[in-house]
Amino acid sequence: MWEALQFDFVRNALIAGVLVSIVCGVIGTLVVVNRIVFISGGIAHAAYGGIGLAFYLGIAPTLGAAAFSVLVAIVMGLVSLGSKQRADTVIGVLWAVGMALGVILIDITPGYGVDLMSYLFGSILAVSTFDLWMMIPLDAVVLLMVALFYKEFMALSYDEEFAFVVGIPVKTLYFTLLIMTALCVVMVIRLVGLILVIALLTIPPYIAEKYTGSLGKMMALSSLLGVIFTLAGLWLSYGYNLSSGASIILVAGVAFFLSYALDQVKKGKTKI
Amino acid sequence: MKPAAVEVKNVWFSYGTAEVLRDVTFTLDQGDFLGILGPNGGGKTTLLKLMLGLLKPDKGTIRILGASPLEATRRVGYVPQGTDLNISFPISAMEIALMGRISRSRLGRSFSKEDRAKAADALTRVGMIEYADTLVGRLSGGQRQRVFIARALATDPEILFLDEPTSSVDQEFETDLYGFLKELNSRVTIIVITHDVGVISRYVKSVACVNRTLVFHAEGRITTEMLDTVYACPVDLIAHGVPHRVLPTHEGH
Repeated sequence: MWEALQFDFVRNALIAGVLVSIVCGVIGTLVVVNRIVFISGGIAHAAYGGIGLAFYLGIAPTLGAAAFSVLVAIVMGLVSLGSKQRADTVIGVLWAVGMALGVILIDITPGYGVDLMSYLFGSILAVSTFDLWMMIPLDAVVLLMVALFYKEFMALSYDEEFAFVVGIPVKTLYFTLLIMTALCVVMVIRLVGLILVIALLTIPPYIAEKYTGSLGKMMALSSLLGVIFTLAGLWLSYGYNLSSGASIILVAGVAFFLSYALDQVKKGKTKI
Repeated sequence: MKPAAVEVKNVWFSYGTAEVLRDVTFTLDQGDFLGILGPNGGGKTTLLKLMLGLLKPDKGTIRILGASPLEATRRVGYVPQGTDLNISFPISAMEIALMGRISRSRLGRSFSKEDRAKAADALTRVGMIEYADTLVGRLSGGQRQRVFIARALATDPEILFLDEPTSSVDQEFETDLYGFLKELNSRVTIIVITHDVGVISRYVKSVACVNRTLVFHAEGRITTEMLDTVYACPVDLIAHGVPHRVLPTHEGH
């Protein structure tokens, strides 16, 4: 296996895997405890509109996806705050429309060569050195923001009303979280694909929450689990010539069900 | 002259088409201790949330300490109703109490030694200091309620809002808490929602009855007419404990 490291694309994929897992562990924790999994899924899928737009305009797809998903994140945030009643429906609509827009834009872009599947499901071959150079500052910004406003994010996540009463700008913070989620999603798209992003955002925090006693530790353990799942998935992907995204998610999924089964066993024991 | 603690003028509020509060007006001076009574669904919690700025009135104005509720946010403390919020959240009692210190510390700073000392004081005050490192999910409902009270105390508020703060704690703690609130009342305005007429009779200075409309009594006396208007059906007034000063003596006895 080690000879694989001589290939640039393998090295890029591994570095990207680590960077992406760390940021997913931190943002995924906030996504899970704030119960914005559905919005995050919406942002991830609508990001495809940005990829289509980028191909149509001839700019870097990562840039297009980043700009478009940030915009979608803001719109979804406004919708979720505005009309709580049917917010999930509107987010579902934006989710589908974003994807459809991407497909149509790629349809009408002259020429051929867009590897659709790599954006949807990720590809071990897809991480370019340019993507890596985009990921490093994004990673740094997200980690810095969460470290700086840790107590505010914790208060917002635990009790939004109390957070408001003690003077935290809850709306600004909520939109900051959505924008960071959008940027995180864009980083993950190359490696895992936009359809599977949601699993990497939610599975590690779901497992980590049960074994940790603070939000910070939950973030750290989520990141660590993410790194393990990603590296194991990439190894399978390279070794057996499988899609990287699906391999990573299946590894994470197996861990998810093992952890779930372990809970049931524990529960059963305490009952007896 | 000090601005009024709370000034509510002709406030109307509805959730969609369901009217909750109708033309509510009252003024509460600083240093007062207000008990809010009323039936479930009568709008007590809604009124509290309007004063806290969590909800905006459809019509009318609310001033808190002479400012808008939004501007006054950092100057008030709040104990929410209920205790089963986010039980699986990985957070300790101490971290919850520290949340009360956010209003005194700056955005993006970590908590100071003073913040930690104040939060620890507040936990001691409610008898929860030995559970400081215990996760919220391992605490009982009553213990969680105590932690939420500690969190509100840690804010060092000018006005303290409490929404049924003793619904899941034992009698002994309830008496202890109200005794402490009475002492705290020398510096802090207190507004408490309660169903307990006994509490009202012993500790509060003013009473407001809320059932869509609001009836305000500055002397802290509950009259049968008040309760009749508010609960819309005759209520037998039975006050437990001494002194009974709130209840008017029955005429003809």
